[in-house]
Amino acid sequence: MSARGETILWLAQRASAAVLALCVMVHLVTIVFAVQGGLSAAEILGRTRGSVVGLVFYATFVIAAAVHAPIGLRATLGEWLGWRGASRDVALVLFAIGLAVLGLRAVAGVFGGAA
Amino acid sequence: MRRNELRARAHPAYGAFLVHRISGILLALFLPVHFWALSQSLQGAVQFDRFLSWTALPAVKFAEWGIVVLLAAHLAGGLRLLALEFLPWRDWQKGLAAAAAAVALAVGLAFALAL
Amino acid sequence: MEVLRVKVWRGAEQGAFQSFEVPRQASQTVLDVITHIQRHLDASLAYRFACRVGMCGSCAMTVNGVARWTCRTHVDTVVKDGALEVAPLGQLPVIRDLVTDMAPFFDKWARARGRFRGTRSRHDEFARIAPQDADRRQADAGIECIGCGVCYASCDLVAWNPDYLGPAALNRAWTLVCDARDGAQAERLSAVGGDAGCHACHTQMGCSERCPKKISPTAGIAGLKRALARAVLKGAL
Ligand code: FES
Repeated sequence: MSARGETILWLAQRASAAVLALCVMVHLVTIVFAVQGGLSAAEILGRTRGSVVGLVFYATFVIAAAVHAPIGLRATLGEWLGWRGASRDVALVLFAIGLAVLGLRAVAGVFGGAA
Repeated sequence: MRRNELRARAHPAYGAFLVHRISGILLALFLPVHFWALSQSLQGAVQFDRFLSWTALPAVKFAEWGIVVLLAAHLAGGLRLLALEFLPWRDWQKGLAAAAAAVALAVGLAFALAL
Repeated sequence: MEVLRVKVWRGAEQGAFQSFEVPRQASQTVLDVITHIQRHLDASLAYRFACRVGMCGSCAMTVNGVARWTCRTHVDTVVKDGALEVAPLGQLPVIRDLVTDMAPFFDKWARARGRFRGTRSRHDEFARIAPQDADRRQADAGIECIGCGVCYASCDLVAWNPDYLGPAALNRAWTLVCDARDGAQAERLSAVGGDAGCHACHTQMGCSERCPKKISPTAGIAGLKRALARAVLKGAL
């Protein structure tokens, strides 16, 4: 890929990394608290459903992950499996879209709607 | 052409690279599964509770713990990378690798205690 | 008399280690050991050196699995159970015994636009660059490279991505990016970006770990990534 293209991927990777760093820290603290004393569906969904803050936070988290993961895999596939060229990039764009769709669906399930 | 072997790779930054790459690959594989399982379980409270009781199995608990550690390791390694690429530095790279390991360990322990 | 058991690579790409016994001496360097073998045990051994004092960069080899400059590596610091294993530098074609073909390595310096292009003639004033100038300091940190190829041989990315320019060429380019007098900045930036350029680096830091001159090519490569990002954000690339 060109210097420009590769630079844009690098920027996207670092920017999404910065967002993810924040999200992961919040997420880790949340789950450490959430699993304390066991989980129950009613308990979790009661707390999450309808939370706009939660919705926006986790939607951002999902999008950042969908940008970040495929770029990292791109280097890995090239270096460790020798898969380079257009077919790799098409596959990774599909992977990114899949990740975003699956993730946003889950976020909508947990945070969308009323309890 | 001679390739590098273990003796050439035995230094802290290489270890940090390997941890970052392998945790990254595993997280990229885990994410779609995580999203899918979450959406599935949200079909209704019954499914969600069934999902949660499944996560109470010791093996699943152990796997969860592994994923949290992976996430913490990838986060710590990522912060190290961002520091290396964006901050002016000279001699504290190794300290950074050690700090990354410490953060991952601490989060892993915290999660293990909370489970 | 104490002896050192030395295994030395013989042949080209195909070959094998040959064993020698070399008298151990105080303050002996790995290059001394190789020289002893060539002068007293087997005159057909091919190896390369010139200055013997760590200036020319021609004596790099793989010693006990790690790339090193042999003229300034004391046997004491690398010997393992009285044994040494000396092989040609990695990731470069082997010509014979301990001699590698450095052409691919230096071709990449050219590809990275590692050549200074002046913008002034002798009729112009000298460029004035203060010693404490930030760019100058960054260039100074990378300028002592002797072109030995140790970093290149220590970098896995060179093996995983054969087009990758490698740490030495990128370090050289970085010193020029930091040089206010140079007139080839835009074309150099395009030459050092891309999947064969600085973006191929994943901060494994084999280069910085092994550089005998204690240069950190990793720092220079990070500088190139930032310079490229700035150029793209400004719309200059
Ligand atoms: S012989 Fe010149 S650097 Fe070693």
